[in-house]
Amino acid sequence: MPSFRSACACGHHRSQGEHDRAMAADQVVEEALFRALFPDRALRRRFLATVGAGTALAALASVFPLGAAKEAFAQGAGKIEKPKLKVGFIPITCATPIIMAHPMGFYAKHGLDVEVVKTAGWAVIRDKTLNKEYDAAHMLSPMPLAITLGAGATPVPYTMPAVENINGQAITLAIKHKEKRDPKTWKGFKFAVPFDYSMHNYLLRYYVAEHGLDPDTDIQIRAVPPPEMVANLRADNIDGFLAPDPVNQRAVYDGVGFIHTLSKDIWEGHPCCAFAASKEFVTTMPNTYRALLKAIIDATAYATKPDHRKEIAAAIAPPNYLNQPVTVVEQVLTGTFADGLGNVRTVPDRIAFDPFPWHSFAVWILTQMKRWGQLKGEVDYQKVAREVFLATDATRLMSEAGLTPPKSTYKSFSVMGKAFDPVKPAEYVASFAIKRV
Amino acid sequence: MALSARLKGLLLTALLLAVFVGAWHLATLPKAAPQAAESEYSKLVGAQAAVGQKSAFPTPADFGAKLLEHLKNPFYDKGANDKGIGVQLAYSIGRVLLGFLLAALVAVPVGFLIGMSPLVYRALDPFIQVLKPISPLAWMPLALFTLKDSNVSAVFVIFVCSIWPMLINTAFGVASVRREWLNVARTLEVSSLRKAFAVILPAAAPTIMTGMRISIGIAWLVIVAAEMLVGGTGIGYFVWNEWNNLSITNILSGILAIGLVGMALDFLFGRLQRAVTYTE
Repeated sequence: MPSFRSACACGHHRSQGEHDRAMAADQVVEEALFRALFPDRALRRRFLATVGAGTALAALASVFPLGAAKEAFAQGAGKIEKPKLKVGFIPITCATPIIMAHPMGFYAKHGLDVEVVKTAGWAVIRDKTLNKEYDAAHMLSPMPLAITLGAGATPVPYTMPAVENINGQAITLAIKHKEKRDPKTWKGFKFAVPFDYSMHNYLLRYYVAEHGLDPDTDIQIRAVPPPEMVANLRADNIDGFLAPDPVNQRAVYDGVGFIHTLSKDIWEGHPCCAFAASKEFVTTMPNTYRALLKAIIDATAYATKPDHRKEIAAAIAPPNYLNQPVTVVEQVLTGTFADGLGNVRTVPDRIAFDPFPWHSFAVWILTQMKRWGQLKGEVDYQKVAREVFLATDATRLMSEAGLTPPKSTYKSFSVMGKAFDPVKPAEYVASFAIKRV
Repeated sequence: MALSARLKGLLLTALLLAVFVGAWHLATLPKAAPQAAESEYSKLVGAQAAVGQKSAFPTPADFGAKLLEHLKNPFYDKGANDKGIGVQLAYSIGRVLLGFLLAALVAVPVGFLIGMSPLVYRALDPFIQVLKPISPLAWMPLALFTLKDSNVSAVFVIFVCSIWPMLINTAFGVASVRREWLNVARTLEVSSLRKAFAVILPAAAPTIMTGMRISIGIAWLVIVAAEMLVGGTGIGYFVWNEWNNLSITNILSGILAIGLVGMALDFLFGRLQRAVTYTE
């Protein structure tokens, strides 16, 4: 199965040919540097022969920004086509890398002047991005897939260069349901999820279905924008929600709900939100796209360190961004939080940040779209995954940002103890008892 | 005598306000809840949640303090998503006036045409009857899809909602100009353009102004909802953003500001209406 592995030796390039070209380009830069330092050919040869090219390079790299020189060379002219960008976001902690890159200067560092614009809901963020009012946006990871396939939107080739966060969601129930911790007692409950095409919807459906409830007939699921969820829970319009943070923590903070289960306990390491842009943006403005993606991957790398989380919480809580009390955001990011039942829990990986857009994530999402009837007919799971989830660029930029990208773009994982094999999506869909196929 | 009647009215208004604020104050008095011990848990949640209560509705004093804060610095600009209440109001008023003006440019000439020609009236009537009752917000998804710009869409929604009262009132005003005046104009062999501007327009002006006054009222109602939908800037966005934060005091400040501006707009058009009114 060659398509499941990176096609070149180092795993950073699409094909061996591209790998060779990139390596050749790197060598040109290195050689030029050596030549500049040791103009005398004999001396240069002797130097390299004594210390070895690798050591020499490492020594040089410590005084000369070799990485930057190679990068600049690889980018050719490297000029950013459009430095002033607008990026839309929904005020939730999933958007942390996109938001924090603004106050903490990650965009500026990569030569971009980005305005991050708070947006009222997923449908609006989709339309504003399709309208090109936004150059790129924070989306739910199923959305670029849905947009590309034309499910719930006009089909537009869309791409997802990076995942923003993994985990970080929760099922929150109204305080009055304190005793009903067994999902089997949830018949007739009304739940809210942020959007039809969201991990939240698929995880909630998966969760209740595993407990024997049919999400279409035994409970009611409606799409409610995250900010309105707590207000609705308070007014008893809904019994609970599977929502992004800080909504869950805010419900606890206001004494209206308790955290029933963290989404990481449903699927450890699931993706949630994503950084998305149209294929047109990626192809017509490659340098801008690269700088933007790099800024976001840099920010993500910064956010992975637990020591930085408090500082980030303080940066993104003000009215210009999340507009939440700092303690609420801090509890979400640090993982030391009140659960609404009088306990303080410590779950350091309640939310984590990992930009790698696993193709297997895309395939899982597509299987759930298929399972619940959002997609009709035959689906070429791998092809769609490859076209929308841009793993190659993420791999390269992740290693530049000091993260370790995985060697392959597919991995198996299990959701609530049930194994998922990304090679057999159709069998996976067929294996569920409750489905709409 | 007239002055004292007005004074009485003012006194009664003040009394009602005092009763309302008093009732609000009593209703939101913090209940004598058991003080929670300073535990690790209570530090992580709101004061009400720490003692097992839902967070409470703010008292009038909380609201007053927040309002004062807004009034002290209404025009600050701390980035794209955090601007002062004055700036937000200015955005909303700008959108409303632009949409309203565009609507007037279309509605008044078309209304003239409809009022002067029974044939045009019959031809356009079915369209008007179908389009008039559509909630302007129902146009929003369509506008976003076709106009491809949220700002233009918001203005378009204002345009759509303010066009009908103006159109219908203009048509009605023009159609009910007294026959005698038109006959006099005809006897004097006045050109039709002059007839329109010198006879019909002044005669229909009060009715047209009434239509405009209704329109601006509706436009102001609609802009708040439209901005809650598309976001970005405006007083509707402000209310939405504070809902996001569940900050009732800020929402109340926004509501009060919306009411005051709406009143000012209505007052302005009331003045204009009086200026063009005549007695026969």
